[in-house]
Amino acid sequence: MEFFIDPSRCIGCQACVHACAECESHRGVSMIHLDYVDRSSSPQTTPTVCMHCEDPTCARVCPADAIKQTAEGVVQSALQPRCIGCSNCVLACPFGVPRYLGEMDQMMKCDMCYDRTSADLKPMCATVCPSGALFFGTKEEIEQKRQEKPINRFTFGRQVVTTKVHLMVGDTAPDEMEFDVASFCE
Amino acid sequence: MAIPPLSEQELIQQYGPHLNYEPPGGWLAEHEPDRLVKTHCCFCGVQCGIQLKVHNEKVVGFEPWEDFPVNQGKLCPKGVKRYLQNNHPDRLLHPLIRTDNGFREADWDDALSLVVEHIQRIQATYGKDAFAVLSGASVTNEKAYLMGKFARVALQTANIDYNGRLCMVSAGAANKMAFGIDRAANPWSDIPLTQLVLVTGSNIGECFPILTDYLWRARDNGAKFIAIDPRMTPIARTADLFLPVRPGRDSALMNGILHVLIEHDWIDHDFIDAHTKGFESVQKAVAEYTPQMTAEISGVPAASIVRAAEMWAEAEKSMLLHARGIEHHTKGVENVLSCINLVLATGRIGQPGCGYGTITGQGNGQGGREHGQRCNQLPGGRDIENPQHREEIARTWKVNESELPHVGLTAVELMDAVNAGQIKGLLSLSFNPLVSLPDTKLTRAALEKLEFYAAIDPFMSETAHYADVVLAGSLQEEDEGTVTNGEGRVVRIRRAVPPPGNARADWEIIVDIAHRLGKELLFPYAEPEDLFRELCRASAGGPVDYAGLNYTKIEQHNGVFWPCPSREHPGTPRLFEGGEFAHPDGKAQFHPVTYRPPDEDVDATYPIIMTSGRVVSQYLSGTQTRRIGPLVDQYPGPQIELHPRLAEQHDIQSGDMVCVESRRSSVTLPALVVRTIRPDTIFIPYHWPGEQSANRVTNRALDPISKIPEFKVCAVRLRKVKAGV
Repeated sequence: MEFFIDPSRCIGCQACVHACAECESHRGVSMIHLDYVDRSSSPQTTPTVCMHCEDPTCARVCPADAIKQTAEGVVQSALQPRCIGCSNCVLACPFGVPRYLGEMDQMMKCDMCYDRTSADLKPMCATVCPSGALFFGTKEEIEQKRQEKPINRFTFGRQVVTTKVHLMVGDTAPDEMEFDVASFCE
Repeated sequence: MAIPPLSEQELIQQYGPHLNYEPPGGWLAEHEPDRLVKTHCCFCGVQCGIQLKVHNEKVVGFEPWEDFPVNQGKLCPKGVKRYLQNNHPDRLLHPLIRTDNGFREADWDDALSLVVEHIQRIQATYGKDAFAVLSGASVTNEKAYLMGKFARVALQTANIDYNGRLCMVSAGAANKMAFGIDRAANPWSDIPLTQLVLVTGSNIGECFPILTDYLWRARDNGAKFIAIDPRMTPIARTADLFLPVRPGRDSALMNGILHVLIEHDWIDHDFIDAHTKGFESVQKAVAEYTPQMTAEISGVPAASIVRAAEMWAEAEKSMLLHARGIEHHTKGVENVLSCINLVLATGRIGQPGCGYGTITGQGNGQGGREHGQRCNQLPGGRDIENPQHREEIARTWKVNESELPHVGLTAVELMDAVNAGQIKGLLSLSFNPLVSLPDTKLTRAALEKLEFYAAIDPFMSETAHYADVVLAGSLQEEDEGTVTNGEGRVVRIRRAVPPPGNARADWEIIVDIAHRLGKELLFPYAEPEDLFRELCRASAGGPVDYAGLNYTKIEQHNGVFWPCPSREHPGTPRLFEGGEFAHPDGKAQFHPVTYRPPDEDVDATYPIIMTSGRVVSQYLSGTQTRRIGPLVDQYPGPQIELHPRLAEQHDIQSGDMVCVESRRSSVTLPALVVRTIRPDTIFIPYHWPGEQSANRVTNRALDPISKIPEFKVCAVRLRKVKAGV
């Protein structure tokens, strides 16, 4: 089972954000961010979960060696005793995932719902997501169900990042999309 | 009686809304559940399956219920956080009796004696109909049935209605006129099977979030999607075709689309001939709605109107879905009929992946309108003025037909009658008219005139501030019962925990009052299942037939669709198969619709259209959801959505405080300047009370048939009050 994100389906309802805070290992703290891309122009929102890079930038820039990967390739929150709260990871992550939580003096991020996935349950966010923007299942299943294709290789300047989480990509070019209602009235 | 005993500030301080953020004992407390209770979310007509976690007889969280077919574990934020309404500091734990300086806790005997004393006094002084009942569409079928019987048999008043009058009555009336039955024609599982989904006046992503998944499953299978809405809603953003209709012009737009279909002969003559009546009158009515004329009225470009007709014609199968956006109008029934005309003319109904339906908004919006708590209705969807229907129900209830009251006033008319001094006493259940009715000023004036008012609610609603007695009732998860979701599926609501403190299940309170009024023998119920058995028996042979249902059958099948006339009957997920409609002759009826303007259209003084609606994190008048911390944080208060062009004319920027004035009153709120709304229209969500209430401004004019108020369009003007910080 793998994790797939399709921000184009997101309706901004925040069910994932609220559900994440219900997970046993971090009750009351959500590890997902959900943001408007630009509310003045569009209702488009985008959910951000950790992409779980094969070679995680956050871990490489951590001076305290506090960010570890599990054998399954899940990148975890900073280890509490090691994290020095420097926020290098927050600045370096190409996807903008980690957040430094001041009151806990620790970097915390999505750990792919380790407490649930290790018990054969789907991550809370992908279970509740009403729109299918977040999906947890097999690659075969999603390829068979959807027209968009999963990708997990991203280029940031000269850095190529391969991730455990897949992004669903359609063939609509973004510059073809119009959001101003006035232009639909004319 | 008259004004509330304390200031609004003092009432809020004492009874909330306060915000609850954490389960009992806090996040770090032990929450290993003693049991998971499979039930449903209480916050919309989808009725998502959910498992409530119970620990030490308290609801402490939830676990997705992935085996329930409607939502397969999916939930919106309201569903995720609904458990926080339990163990809430604002929860009413005792009956309250009004005093000169507030409310005092009372025992049930004192509170109910007082209620009965005033019912008897008012009815003896002013007549039976001077005491009225207002009920809700969030309550179970059992309670909806009980409220209708209680009003007609125990109080013998004609005046009972419910807040579904503010919700889907326009669709209900139009469905009865066209099809002879009031239910969505198709199960939602038909949506993924279709080739075209047309959604008009429904902000699905925010009001029925789970149905977004159905839309996408259809599109994954190659379906196209047309969205009709004055706003670019989260689902409209992704539509293949978006028609930004000017509020209040829906029937013109539908007529225009049908005009193009007829012009190109893209209609189904065989279906029209075999299964319908009255097409010629519709053909004649839409003849003048050329794309050009329709564009002028509706504000949708002619090319888009033609394209919608082409897309409809290109598809072999289609689903047309609508909700309050076209129904909350003085021509709500006509708007719905104009949609049905399109469906019937093209024969797109009664097949897998091919059909039509309104999407019911309230938790039991469907069941709440079936079992007799409407002023014109008896159980089983029967007509209170139909002599045969009256006989049937009188027999079931063991009363004389002549004793049954006749049709009473609808919800808004009822409040007007309170204001006019004709109705002196009121009992309400799960209804907060001070927030939910249009023209708040009038509602407030009416409440001040009541001689006696008793409210049953789990929380102190803003309307209950005006009560003489507040009866601490139950939350949905504190009682057994059934609810009928927006597709007509009857599902089981389970009691996860008992009502806390001295609070009681709503039905027990009503039955207790009935007994105290001397009707013990006619209300012999020991549990909700007794009510359900009688409800099913009473519905037998009626337009809404539950006769073959029981709790076990509903549980075993994850819900059963009515009609279900016998024990062996599997239920009816899809109506009208083979073109068989519910009118006596089996045919569907066309109704010609001629567009007419809204009751209050824009003019030089009030040049801007205002429309209202919901946000995803709140439910109805917010009595429950305005107390759930994470939901309130998500969207803390109403904002005025307006387009940059309109904003520029008034020198308004996002965050500025803007006063919206109508002929009735005004409301001042922060602006949210967005390109996602028509430049001639503003939008305000309605879930908040008092100074923040959108309904201070909205129009109380009613649809002549359904008596739904025109929430979705009125005329306003804007004034910038103060720049934002």
